[in-house]
This record gives sequence, structure tokens and C-alpha cells, in this order.
Amino acid sequence: MIDAFFASIPAMILTTGLLVGLSGALLGTFLVLRGAAMLTDAISHAIVLGIITVWLLTGHLSGPVQLIGAAVTGVVTVALTHLLQRTQLVRMDTAIGLVFPAMFALGVLLINLNARNVHLDVDSVLLGEIAFVWIDTVPVLGHPVPVATLALAVVFAANLGFVALFWKELKLAVFDPALATALGFAPGLVFYALLSLTSITAVASFEAVGAILFIAFVIVPPATAFLLTRHLTTMLGLAMAIAGFACITGYVLAMLWDVNIGAMMAVMTGAAFVTALTFSPRDGLIARGRARAAEAQGIDSLTLVIHLATHEDTPKAAQENTRTALTRHLGWDEARARAALRRALDAGLVARATPRQDDAPQLLLTPEGRARAATLMAPRVRAAVAK
Amino acid sequence: MLDLLASYTVQTVLMGAVLLGLISGALGAFAVLRGQSLLGDTVSHAALPGIALGFLVAGGRDLGAVLIGATLSGGLAALSVMLITMRTRLKPDAALGVVLSVFFALGVVLLSHVQGRSGAAGAGLSTFLFGQAAATLRSDLWMMGGLAGFALGLIALIWKEAKLVSFDPDYARALGLPVARVQAVLTVMVALAIVAGLQMVGVILMVALLIAPAAAARQWARSLAGMVGLSMGFAVAAGVIGALISASARGLATGPVIVLVATAFVLISLAFAPERGLLARALARRARTRSLRADQVLGTIHALARSHDDPAYKAELGMLRTRHRAAARPALQRLTARGLVREVAHPPETTPHWQMTPEGRARAAMLEQGTARDD
Amino acid sequence: MTELHEPQFALHVEDLTVTYGAAPALWDIDLDVPPGVMAAIVGPNGSGKSTLLKTVLGLVPPVAGHIRLFGQPLAAMRKRVGYVPQRSSVDWDFPTDVRDVVMMGLYGQIGWFRRPGPAHRTRAMEALTAVGMQDYADRQISQLSGGQQQRVFIARALVQDADVYFLDEPMAGVDRPTEDIIIALLQSLRDQGKTVIVVHHDLTTVERYFDWLVMLNTRIIAQGPVTDVYTPENLRATYGHRVALVKV
Repeated sequence: MIDAFFASIPAMILTTGLLVGLSGALLGTFLVLRGAAMLTDAISHAIVLGIITVWLLTGHLSGPVQLIGAAVTGVVTVALTHLLQRTQLVRMDTAIGLVFPAMFALGVLLINLNARNVHLDVDSVLLGEIAFVWIDTVPVLGHPVPVATLALAVVFAANLGFVALFWKELKLAVFDPALATALGFAPGLVFYALLSLTSITAVASFEAVGAILFIAFVIVPPATAFLLTRHLTTMLGLAMAIAGFACITGYVLAMLWDVNIGAMMAVMTGAAFVTALTFSPRDGLIARGRARAAEAQGIDSLTLVIHLATHEDTPKAAQENTRTALTRHLGWDEARARAALRRALDAGLVARATPRQDDAPQLLLTPEGRARAATLMAPRVRAAVAK
Repeated sequence: MLDLLASYTVQTVLMGAVLLGLISGALGAFAVLRGQSLLGDTVSHAALPGIALGFLVAGGRDLGAVLIGATLSGGLAALSVMLITMRTRLKPDAALGVVLSVFFALGVVLLSHVQGRSGAAGAGLSTFLFGQAAATLRSDLWMMGGLAGFALGLIALIWKEAKLVSFDPDYARALGLPVARVQAVLTVMVALAIVAGLQMVGVILMVALLIAPAAAARQWARSLAGMVGLSMGFAVAAGVIGALISASARGLATGPVIVLVATAFVLISLAFAPERGLLARALARRARTRSLRADQVLGTIHALARSHDDPAYKAELGMLRTRHRAAARPALQRLTARGLVREVAHPPETTPHWQMTPEGRARAAMLEQGTARDD
Repeated sequence: MTELHEPQFALHVEDLTVTYGAAPALWDIDLDVPPGVMAAIVGPNGSGKSTLLKTVLGLVPPVAGHIRLFGQPLAAMRKRVGYVPQRSSVDWDFPTDVRDVVMMGLYGQIGWFRRPGPAHRTRAMEALTAVGMQDYADRQISQLSGGQQQRVFIARALVQDADVYFLDEPMAGVDRPTEDIIIALLQSLRDQGKTVIVVHHDLTTVERYFDWLVMLNTRIIAQGPVTDVYTPENLRATYGHRVALVKV
């Protein structure tokens, strides 16, 4: 049974993909919340330099030295970016855009120069080839386990341990860096640890999905989860579920269409994102569009109520508080005026009246309408608009 | 070297590098000033699916089809970022990251599809990752030339509106300028600049040729025109030097070499630019410190003179040293050079003494009242 | 429709409502500012002062209401309106010099596809001289102090040669000498018959600087000549009970 699992290529590919996805979701949740998504972009490009440097120094393309090298690369990338920005000669976004392309370019050239000696071509670092992960194996308890999968399993365990152990600190560092510092939690340190782990995970992942596709696994599932919930734990769980879903469906579709598996998994995280973006019950485009339309109508009817309240009992009331004034004074078109008036009438805030026969019909506030206007107009009261 | 320049291919490459530098330098300046550096990164990665689609539609490596595809997918990516940023609670950087990685993944999927179908012919596609200058054709130059002419012509036409919209969009709106439209034009042109660089620099590093020359130029420039001009100069130089290095050494991809040259320009500019550069600022800081020290020493002599009720009081070096340590001597030299104190003998003592000149007394008095001007 | 035009007012606002999302910023504002006054708009933070200015200038779309400048809609009056935004609204590290920023005030008049000429440079220098910044024309804007930045912004509005000027907190974060220069300048504009409308935050100087006052807290609390309007009752209504009347 266990042997069959490790001998099954699809099982190994899927396991590897899932480990990348779950690790990415774990770390990405905090990176996205912290607004550091583009630092992930920078790190995952920069690790190319780290990987080739470590290879030049030690001759290892994988294993613990590569992971240590990765942590160093990540920290160096972020530190260089901060250093550049602190000169105040360039802005933060420019600093990011200066540092990682330079590191990446240097890495690519070093690979070019050593192409004859190193079993590493640029395309595979960038794009990975998850279909080949089963080729290199090491025996673990008598079973041949793919090296990349084993490394990813260790890294995933480390990420899980880190998040579990520093849950409170991460939460604080993400939501309130200032308070975290005041409480002595050193958000800078937690943040750098988070970025180092991201970098380590990127290195463990590049053989499978490549450095750039790795960005999708870190950013997209958490961003998708963010559109679905406002609760941290739920967001983390959802992000991991979305990553899992993307890996499985991506694998199936890649087999079906004979395309790059890792990239297809990443595309499926994108499909999940587009779905959430469109249909999320609270934050989706459709729901938000509807809510905004309803909100606009609500505001219109309250605007009408306030308008009547402002001019009630003034000499101009006869001309201001009429149906025609809605178009002439408030500048609304007919349809908008009609909708606002109907809503206000339905809510029982406004009533019609014709005081004298030859007058234009007046719009009057009901007692409820008057009370609502008084609340809304009380100074310093920021009443939310009733739906 | 001369052989290299005589080569038809190298000439083509150099002309391409010049054209590319002109476009990316000019538009990169606007992108950096408008805080859109990373949008450039997203748009350039997002060109990949368009490239693959152009390849599929044209049935082979046709630069026209590839560029149209890249422009469309890059533009779509920029629009997606805008939509996500405006319509959700996600932060702009998350929107950038999502669009970048998903579009790129889509590109890789299409790429693997094309390569699976057309085998060796599809291999030409992966050159768009890092660029392959040597593959530039003369006919490609016409396209790049047209692109450069269009982009630079448009910038020249809307120059002052583009400047005002980049500096102060609210004020531009109050003047009645169509701000959103000018911003859209500038963003679309960033996509065009990226597309122009696909052949030579590739999708992954094109952002650097947009940002680095502009960031370097910013350090020297005193006006927008100066910055745009310098940025074009840096970009052209980086392109030409990079292409030459890449052509003369085997196996070096063009894009990375160009990027490293451009990065070197940035480092030099950050360090040595007059006024803003790190060196200039360090020197200015040192000059300020020294001038302040000199004033302090002058103040000490002034205080001594007053306490002795003798405006021509001769202060002994040792006394000043107890107060100002090693700084006393250079400060006194400075004050002497400015004619504020003079060295005098005070026999029978053999040590040097210092006395305020009338100008020195005047300045000391002004310092005391806080009305002295810095020089 | 004649009743809506009210050409006798430099600024005529009727039934103006503005919201940010669902949060009200201004509720049904009626406001008239006669020409030739120097008016302050005061109110606590978040009372809609800047929003009012931005809506009048077309930067924020209103939910409802009409705005007229000398009886005309804004689109017809753009060239007669000068605007001084908050200093912090731009990146002062932009590569340009003081004269160039002032010339931006002329871009609306110069029109598309045309370059500023010597005549425009002369006008920019005149505006700089008026704010006492003529010696700084070639200075990089990144090297200016806060007060100098503010004066450059005012020069940029001056060069427009407008009939009505809107200034958003021009005295915020500037030193005393700059404040005196700005006020003297605005008062001289007023004396030339221009209308000056200022979002202001310093209650202690209202009576000294201004002759017209608008008190705002999401809706208009009071408006009129300062001498009539600047009363303890109105202050309490605007600011709640937190502010005592300060007489200087």
C-alpha cells in the first residue's frame, strides 16, 4: 500500500503540488494581509541568484545548504530594498523594482556562464517541471521518496510549526505593527522570519513549480480567501482549501490538455480568484454592485428627507418641498427622483399633501421622517445610512 | 570590436537597442514618477500569454502578431489590477501579485501547449522570457521604430498635460483637464514600451529597463524634460552596451546583461549625483558640521572676551582645546580663512593665541542673537 | 430655471448632498457667498470642509444639488476659478523648479498642443514676486520649506488671474511670517474685488483675517458676515461643547 503510493507518479506529483500549495497558503495569508505580496514577487525572483551562488560555493543544488542559502537570499533581498528606500532617493515600489531584477539578472548570467557544469537551465528554475519530481528519490524507512517531495514535506512542517507557535505574534504584526512593537513582540523580527520561510519554501518549490509560478501559490489562494471571509482563521483554512482544490483540478486538466502541470495548478488558483471576485457573497463584484446600487437609493431617499426637513417651515418651503424641486433643485433625472420618492413614501418617511387647491402638491415629512432627519442632522453624529 | 560593429546582425541589434531605449526611457520616467514601477512588472510578466497566443494565431514566430497579443494581454492585466484595487478591499500590491502570477501561469500553460504541438518551432518562444537580441530582424526594426515614433510623438503632444497630471492630478482636474484619459494614455504607453522590449530584454526583466534608467536619471535631473532625456540616454546606453557584451560573449542572454548595466548606472547615480547623491549629501553634511563647529569656537572666544571685558582678548589654544578638543584647530583655521579671527602672539607665552577681528565680533554678536545667516 | 442662477453670488450652492459610500459628508447644504469677500469655512475635523471645496471644484461628484459660480455652472467658469490644494496632496520630490510649477496654473488657458511662451514666463514671475518668492524661481521644489511650498502653490493660483479663489487649509503648517504674507496677499485680492474662499482651521484668527464666515458641520450651522455669525451659540452648535469662544 505505502509502496504503491510512493511508486505512483501521479500520487507523487499531486502530493508535491499540494505541499507547495499548502505551504504557500500558510505563509501567503500573512504576507497578503501585511501588504507584502510584491515582496514575495521580489524574493521568488531573487532566489535564482541564491540557488546558483550556493551551487558555486558548495556544489549542492538541493539539501539543507540550499535552504539556508535561500533564507539568506530572502533576507538580503528585503534588506537591500529597505536600504535603498531609506536613502529617500527612490520610493519603495521603485526600490523593489530595482533590487530583484538586478539579483535575478545576475543569477541568470551565472547560470549561463556555468551552463556546461551545472545541471540547471534557466527555464527549469523559472518554470519548474513537477512531472519529473519522481526521478530523484531517497530511501526513507525503506521507501523511495522523491527528494523534492521530502524537502517540501519538511518545509511544510516547519511552516506549520512557525505559524502555530507564533500565531499571536503574527496576528499582531500583521494587523497592528505599532502595537506589536509597543508590546515587545518585535514585528520586524517576526516579519523577517516570515520572509525567510517564504524564501526557503520558494527554493524547496522551484524544482516542482518554478520560481515565478511559486508567486501564484503564495498570493492567489490567500487573496481569494480574503474576498470570502474577514476572519483570520477562516481565511487561513479557506486559502489552504483553495490551494488544494487548485492542485487537484489543475493536475487533472493538465493531464487532459497535455500542458505544464505546475502552471495549470497556478492557473486554477487564478480561476478560484476570478470566481470569488465575481460571486463572493459580500465582496464579490456582483454583490458589491448590488449593495452599492441599494446604498445609492438609500442615500437618495435620505437626501430627500433631509431636503424636506431643511426647508420645512421656511418661506421657500412651497417651492422647495415639491415633486418638481427634486429634479430642478437636487439635479436628479426623472427616474432617479421617482425612485427616491417611492422609497421614501414606502418607508413612511414622507407623505403627499395638497394644502390649497391651486397649489402644487407638497411633500411633507411624517413624524418618523422628521425624527430620522433630526438624528441624521445632529452635529457630529455619523449615522450609518439605513438600508 | 570593429569586426563586431561591422556585422549586419550586430548593427541591427544596436539600432534595436537605441529604439528600445528611447521608448522605455521616456515612459519609464513617467511610470516611476507616478508610482507605477511595479505595475510595469505585472504588465511585462502578463505579456507572456499574449505572446503565446500571437504565436498560435500566426502559426509561427511573427513579431507583429506577438506584439499585438502582448499589448492586449498586458493591457488586460493593467485593467484587471485597476478593477481589483478599486472594487475590492485587497491592497494594490496583492492585486499586482495576483494578476502577475496568474497571467504568467496562463502564459506558461499556453507555451507548453504550443511547444507540445510545434516542437522545435515553439522553442523560439522561450526567448521571450529573457530576450534574444541576435534574433532581431531588420523588419522588426521598422515595427520598433514605428512604436517609438508613435510613443514619443504622443508624449511630445501632450507634454504639459502629462506633466501636470503626473505631478498634481487634483489640480489638473480643477483646471478642467481630462485627467483619467491622460492617465490611461500614460499607462497604455507603459504597456507599449514593455512590448517593444520583449524581443531584446524579455518579459521577466523588462521592468528593470523601465525603472532603472528613470531612477538613475531622477538623481541628476532638475526638470521633467531633463529626467526624461537622461532616462532615454541611460536606457539607450544600457541597451547598446548590454547588447554588445552579450554579442561578444557566448551564451550570455541579452536581457540580464542590459539589466545589470542599467543597475550599474543606478548605483553610480545614487552615489555620485550632485546635490542628491549620497556622496554630495555626506559632503554637505560634513561642511555643515564644520561650519557649526567654527561658530561654536567663535562663540567661545566671544564669551571669553566678554568675561574679560576686552573685545581684543587673546584666547589661548589650550583653553579652546579643553572646550572643543581636536575640533578647535581646524575650526580656527576655518575662522582665519574667513577673516573672523587672526593668530596673534601673546608674549611672553609661546603658545599660539587667537583674537577676533571686527568682522568676527560682528558675527559672534549676530550668532548670539540668532540672526546670523548660514553661508 | 432663472431662480437657480443667482448671478449676484460668487458662489451659490443649493441643496448639495455629498456622501462617501454610505457615510454622509454634506447634507443638503445651501450656501451663498457674495463677490468681493474673504470668506472662511470652519468646522471640526471631518465636518466636510475640504469635501465642500472639492465638490465645488468638480473633484468629488455630489449625490444631489446645484452649484453655480457667478450664476454659471463650473464647466463654463473653470478659467475664472483659482485653486490652492492642500500642500500634502503632491509629491514634492518631483523633478521641477518653482517657476515651472507656477506656470502650471496657465496650462488650462494655454490649451492643448501649445507650449508656454515668454509672456507666460513673465506672468509666472509676477505671481512669484507677489508672494515674495521671485528669488526662488529656479529652485528645485524638493528644496523648499513648508511655507515656501505653500507660497508657490498660491502663486500658481494667482497666475490664473481668477475671479474667485479656493484655498484648502493654506495656513496649515506654515510659519508665522509666511502666514502674514499669505493673509496680506489674500486681503489685497479681496480689495481688488476678487472673492477668496478659504478652508480654515484656526479659530483664533477668524475675526482678524476674514469678513465672511461659513460654519459647517455636515450641514451649514451659520453663514454671513463674521461680525454677525461668530457667536458662542454658533460655535457650540458647530463644535459641540468642546470649544470656548476665543477672543484675541
